[in-house]
Amino acid sequence: MLKDFFSKKKHASKPSEEAKQDIPEGLMLKCSSCGKIYYREEMRKQLYVCQKCGHHHQLPSDERINSLFDEGSFLEYDTNLETGNPLEFPSYSQKLEKDQLKTELKEAVVTGEGTVNGFRTAFAVMDSRFRMASMGSVVGEKIARALEKAREEKIPFIIFTASGGARMQEGALSLMQMAKTSAAVQRFRDAGGLMISVMTNPTYGGVSASFASLGDYNFAEPGALIGFAGRRVVEETIREKLPEDFQTAEFLLDHGQLDAVINRHDMKKYLTTILDIHQAGGHVS
Amino acid sequence: MRQVLEFEKPVIALREKIAELKKFTKDSDLDLSEEIVKLETRLEKLENDIYTNLKPWDRVQMARHADRPTTLDYIEHLFTDFLEFHGDRYYGDDAAIVAGIAKYKGQPVTVVGHQRGKSTKENIRRNFGMPHPEGFRKAARHMQQAAKFGRPIICFIDTKGAFPGRAAEERGQSEAIARNLMEMAGFEVPIICIVIGEGGSGGALALGVGDRLLMLENSTFSVISPEGAASILWKDGGKAKEAAEKLKITAQDLKELGVIDNIIPEVRGGAHRDLASQAELVDQAITENLTQLEKMDKQVLLEKRWEKYSNIGAYTE
Repeated sequence: MLKDFFSKKKHASKPSEEAKQDIPEGLMLKCSSCGKIYYREEMRKQLYVCQKCGHHHQLPSDERINSLFDEGSFLEYDTNLETGNPLEFPSYSQKLEKDQLKTELKEAVVTGEGTVNGFRTAFAVMDSRFRMASMGSVVGEKIARALEKAREEKIPFIIFTASGGARMQEGALSLMQMAKTSAAVQRFRDAGGLMISVMTNPTYGGVSASFASLGDYNFAEPGALIGFAGRRVVEETIREKLPEDFQTAEFLLDHGQLDAVINRHDMKKYLTTILDIHQAGGHVS
Repeated sequence: MRQVLEFEKPVIALREKIAELKKFTKDSDLDLSEEIVKLETRLEKLENDIYTNLKPWDRVQMARHADRPTTLDYIEHLFTDFLEFHGDRYYGDDAAIVAGIAKYKGQPVTVVGHQRGKSTKENIRRNFGMPHPEGFRKAARHMQQAAKFGRPIICFIDTKGAFPGRAAEERGQSEAIARNLMEMAGFEVPIICIVIGEGGSGGALALGVGDRLLMLENSTFSVISPEGAASILWKDGGKAKEAAEKLKITAQDLKELGVIDNIIPEVRGGAHRDLASQAELVDQAITENLTQLEKMDKQVLLEKRWEKYSNIGAYTE
């Protein structure tokens, strides 16, 4: 029923066909990889990682933040940025509105700062439930501003990426967000800032080809799909069948494109160790 | 045989008619000069109408024209002592990007550009101007060198996009592009980027971060090809013409949106009609912008570059 589709449930968003299979609405959830059935609450407690097969499902941005930052330490940046429709692209405004209702988010990225086991750090978390976390003007602007804030405050910057790529409906303005965010990374690096990028499923196109790949350390969650061009496009271009694990985090690790693949349950501890080592080196205050 | 674009057909037909009449006048006793003058006036008006009112899709055709001047064509006309250098020092040499050093009116510069072919054979060798990571890394290597030796960088943009292939993905297409964007934001030398043909997405932008982004009047610059957008948005690649309008990919639209700094005019009928005159127009633009940029202190240059990019985008607060 259409009405059911729009009913507001806390974590019951439907960003894509794939995610629909990932997280069906209701009390129960089914692992999209092995099919094991869970109570929603049980799955939530496990950060949406299947206990049986280890598959990492999509994690809403608020739960990602809660899982990493010390309780009560979270301060959100730039909550008032509103996306316009600069090209007057047909039905773009309606699509934004729909996703805003569905996710209770204003846009596809949440930025802010907090402490990770006591280490103060700025961060950005992209949320693929919102327009596949494609990058338009607001996403680019928020990420650039968070990097600038980290530079001014001399604190590290951690980003959890997820994105289908640039947001087509904003045309070249979205393309230029790649330049804007990368320039912000350059300024941050130049000032000696530590940047950690953690790519989550999926990270593609304009996001993969800008800040996501520009961390001092580039990590990914297990099984995350990461690439410049999508699998279908590559297959159609070269007319050959690609290996099953093409563009997975493990495939990228094998090809020297990542520093490590990190399980979501180990993430906080892992990041803490990096922050600790860097602070001991005097590079982050 | 010169490629004829759809919207140019009336012009071509009229030109042929005039040529025919001229030949007829020469071969017979009949004097048709009055008629010819009339037709030539009409041709003048028709050309003016057509070429000053090009629709976005017409410009896409123009930007993709087989005879449209490429990076190497402009290099030949604009620079002296050009030496092309090869390889990224990691994997290979990508013929889809040319790079080297040269003199511009006596001044040392580094020149980098996408390079497509004009014939099928050359296009295959140059992968239709669609770079692999090693192409972007070759470009980065030369630009780093330019920064080291204090040479301004001139980039020519002319690509459908970065190549979407298996090997490109395996060797880090995303990282190669991202690194160029980041590093170009920080080089302490003037960078002038000129879109001469198609400016397709990240692969174009990877040579497009600098102090000035200029576009030839009939070039395009877009986040996705009109065909790609149409097939994603409307599941119909045939609606490319419509997508070309909606995406705002022409120099005029992008100037209005604040994405580019200026438009370089084209000779009537498009750059391919008269390379020498077109190169002169590009020359003027480079001289003008380079003169402005060279007056700036390094720190001011970088600060202004950052300001320029940080201001691009549309949002309310």
